Amino acid sequence: MLYIPCPYCGLRNETEFHYGAEAGVGYPDPNTLTDDEWAKYIHIRANPKGWLAERWVHFAGCSRWFNLWRNTVTHEIGPAYLPFTEQPKAPSNIGQEEQKA
Amino acid sequence: MSEIKFIFDDITYKGHHGEPMSAALLRSGLLTITNSTYHGRPRGIIGLGVEEPNAIVQLISDTKESMRPATVIEVADGLHVSSLTGVGALPEAPDEARYDKTNHYVDTLVIGAGVAGLKAAHEHLQLGRKVLLIDDQPKPGGHLLHLGMNLPSVLLDIFTNENLTYVPRCTAIGLYDQNYIVAVERRSDHLGEAAPAERARIRVWHIRADKVVLAPGAFQRPLIFANNDRPGIMLSHAAATYVAVYKVASFRQAIVATIDNQGYRDALRLHEAGVKIEGIYDVRQIASGPSIDAAKAAGIPIRFRTAVIDTLANEKGACTKVILSDIDTNETFERSADLLAVSGGWTPIADLPTYIGIKPQWSAKHAAFLVNHTTDILQTAGMLAGEFGGDDDPAIFFGPTLNDEQSRVAYIDFQRDATLHDLKRAVGAGLQSIEHIKRYTTIGTAHDQGKTSGMLTIGALWQLNNSTEGKNHSLSPADIGTLSFRPPYIPVPFAALAGRERGPLSDPIRISPLHQWHVAAGAEFEDVGQWKRPWYFPKTGESMDQAVRRECIAARKGVAIMDASTLGKIDIQGPDAAVFLDRIYTNMFSTLPEGQCRYGLMCKADGIVFDDGVTTRLGKNHFLMTTTTGGAARVLAWLEEWLQTEWPDLKVYCTSVTEHIATIALVGPKSRELLQELVTDINISKDAFPFMHSRNTTIDGIQVRIARISFSGELAFEINVTHSYAKHIWERLWTLGRRYELTPYGTETMHVLRAEKGYIIIGQDTDGTQTPYDLNMSWIVSKKKEFIGKRSFQLPYLQASGRPQLVGLLPEDIDEIIPEGAYITLYSAQADEDGKTPHTGFVTSSYHSPEMGRAFALALIADGLNRLGEIVSIPIGKKVLSATICDAVFIDKENLRRD
Ligand SMILES: [Zn+2]
Repeated sequence: MLYIPCPYCGLRNETEFHYGAEAGVGYPDPNTLTDDEWAKYIHIRANPKGWLAERWVHFAGCSRWFNLWRNTVTHEIGPAYLPFTEQPKAPSNIGQEEQKA
Repeated sequence: MSEIKFIFDDITYKGHHGEPMSAALLRSGLLTITNSTYHGRPRGIIGLGVEEPNAIVQLISDTKESMRPATVIEVADGLHVSSLTGVGALPEAPDEARYDKTNHYVDTLVIGAGVAGLKAAHEHLQLGRKVLLIDDQPKPGGHLLHLGMNLPSVLLDIFTNENLTYVPRCTAIGLYDQNYIVAVERRSDHLGEAAPAERARIRVWHIRADKVVLAPGAFQRPLIFANNDRPGIMLSHAAATYVAVYKVASFRQAIVATIDNQGYRDALRLHEAGVKIEGIYDVRQIASGPSIDAAKAAGIPIRFRTAVIDTLANEKGACTKVILSDIDTNETFERSADLLAVSGGWTPIADLPTYIGIKPQWSAKHAAFLVNHTTDILQTAGMLAGEFGGDDDPAIFFGPTLNDEQSRVAYIDFQRDATLHDLKRAVGAGLQSIEHIKRYTTIGTAHDQGKTSGMLTIGALWQLNNSTEGKNHSLSPADIGTLSFRPPYIPVPFAALAGRERGPLSDPIRISPLHQWHVAAGAEFEDVGQWKRPWYFPKTGESMDQAVRRECIAARKGVAIMDASTLGKIDIQGPDAAVFLDRIYTNMFSTLPEGQCRYGLMCKADGIVFDDGVTTRLGKNHFLMTTTTGGAARVLAWLEEWLQTEWPDLKVYCTSVTEHIATIALVGPKSRELLQELVTDINISKDAFPFMHSRNTTIDGIQVRIARISFSGELAFEINVTHSYAKHIWERLWTLGRRYELTPYGTETMHVLRAEKGYIIIGQDTDGTQTPYDLNMSWIVSKKKEFIGKRSFQLPYLQASGRPQLVGLLPEDIDEIIPEGAYITLYSAQADEDGKTPHTGFVTSSYHSPEMGRAFALALIADGLNRLGEIVSIPIGKKVLSATICDAVFIDKENLRRD
């Protein structure tokens, strides 16, 4: 069970949160995109192996959405940050290598 | 220690209070505990703790818990158990013992109270940290307890430190990300009859720790040879501990088979306790160290390069003779022994770290997989980290080369009766991966989850590969694979995991303020999410079909009443509320006049219908949205996500008011007449109060909001009132309604009425792939504005022909209610060469309509809207039903009734 730092409430168990989506994928102007570009916005995400910024909501707490760095390989949790604020750097990948095997 | 009596297989045994049951049974001379599951072979105790694969028993007293190793049961007065042949029996009565759970946060969690764990606890206490120390034994000391030794005073002192919480009989069963640990504490069984009734039998600990120290210790492993499973063959460390510490005097003559110096230390303890050691047989070429010198000094015969290959038994199946083989010459010889103590090396307990993906590393020096892991938050210690302490110097040896006949009785997994022969067969069948071999042979899949057999399997495979010439040659057991485990570390009763959350407490129950009335009226209930909703209201002797028919007729011909309080309700306020709803719904809400209602449909960005409901404009900047009963939380989260992450500039505030407002639907041609008796403040006539309008008024001085909304197609009024007044309004209507034969109805009638009108239920008539167009609802899609999902309607795959579309179905046989979910095929469909008939859609809703006097259905059919009038087939088992595709609105297509 992940331990997630809600920017408003502090560290809470994963069961209090819902996962949203990859963070930083803004809603584009639908009418300026080709069908392909729009379909890509709808369906295609980076899905990287390693650090990923994600959108989570603290549904059983303050109901606020926020962004969070999480490592999809090691499940390490990085910093959380609010929407429309500067994204902190991805945590270093130290600790990832040894668990990759 | 006080003497106690307990019952095993109907015989009373004596024991010392608190000692392991295995010690008491061995002391009484009971070698054979059970017969094995598949081969029926006699089996006895081989180990000291949870690794024990043979001596598994069932509790008869108390909870009837099944499959507890006798090695971990502390004997107490009143204990009554029976043997098991591998498979436990679930008790028929519910487990009435109390189970509990607790959440705990701590600076440092130390798992294992052996010397390594105690040292770690000491260090962390010295740093001023709060420490939780959990251990599965009744007393701290770990290995030292087996040696009958006391703790050094510096380690004893920690128990007086107020920052230490020490929990004995507490086993960590799971380790998860960010140092989340689940542990199971057994709190009362060891007290036997003296256990206080109010004490929780098992407490499940949910622990979050800044730092975790894993010091779980190690299991000794057996060796693989023919007939290695006979009673009297034990792990040497267990045998020496039973004899030296628990004063088991049942053995006279012992042989020690070893690959390391541990065998010598155990031989010495047996020797000192008076057991004659016929010899130590060591597979190594040479050995050195204090224990070897001591064994020599004690006059114990020692022979190197010698391994056990077979054993012989007496008529009871117990070991009497050991057949040994010189590894270099293959010359064999026999020795008598009633105890064969086997030291096959140590396997550190790597279960917990592997749960979070940490791979054990092979160490040739230790002949074992180790986890030497140190991060800021997690650290391994003791034997798991390779601190073996003694001068073990193990050989990498798991058993001698055996022929086919010997392999068939050379056991690797005692619980599964899986042998070296099974392993050879798996390899012969071409399996290479350890994971495949485990599944093929079932090794490691029994109750003990491979605690003794896992490492043996890897070792035996490695030896097999090395004995066959050529390409499979592997350098070390690590090339075969590593140990990997899954939680829980030990079996845990479901009752413990459930704790107090059983029966009515297993899930929250949501009830409307009218629930007690429905109960008193004899309603049958249906679960809708966590809500209890009245399903139908049978009169005495009525079947469900009869009740629903009567309720439907009342709603269509007279007047009927339904509790709609569970509808999701979201209060939406703010200067930008109207703009926001325009973006959320496919249709326009900014143009909705105050005091009016509009049905709305919302899609996700992919254009797929997500939820629907009626939203009322209560004021310029104030809307009340209703959602499906099951979708309320989902919709609120959806609204919040857009407001918080995309449109923070919009000033809109959303609040769930589902529980605050009760909704009573008064439905049917006579509903206005009845309501008029109660509502005198306002004119509710057809012209003064039109359809889809909302009016604030009072009933008996109570503020209510009445809306002309209909989910049945009939004239209907929805009365919204504060939760606490709902019962009053309902009962007033009920009393006045007697003259009108007012009829309460439930969700089943609601479903029939709405389906007759072709009103969809999202999630029933949709399967998560329908656009508004697929549902024949193009009328609700605004061309004038942007909304979520609009762009997707232009995508070619959502415009393609052949998409499933919502239509009606009229079965040829008017009494045949087609099962919901049934597949629909073309009337002319033929099976292809595989005997399969392609389907063209499926039935989503299907009922009997009292209004039409026949069965009808809704269905999603490919291109259905272009196929009205076509006859289709619906194969149900061996029958093939026929039905005609029709419009999804079955009655009152002109919407004349609602006024
Ligand atoms: Zn929060």
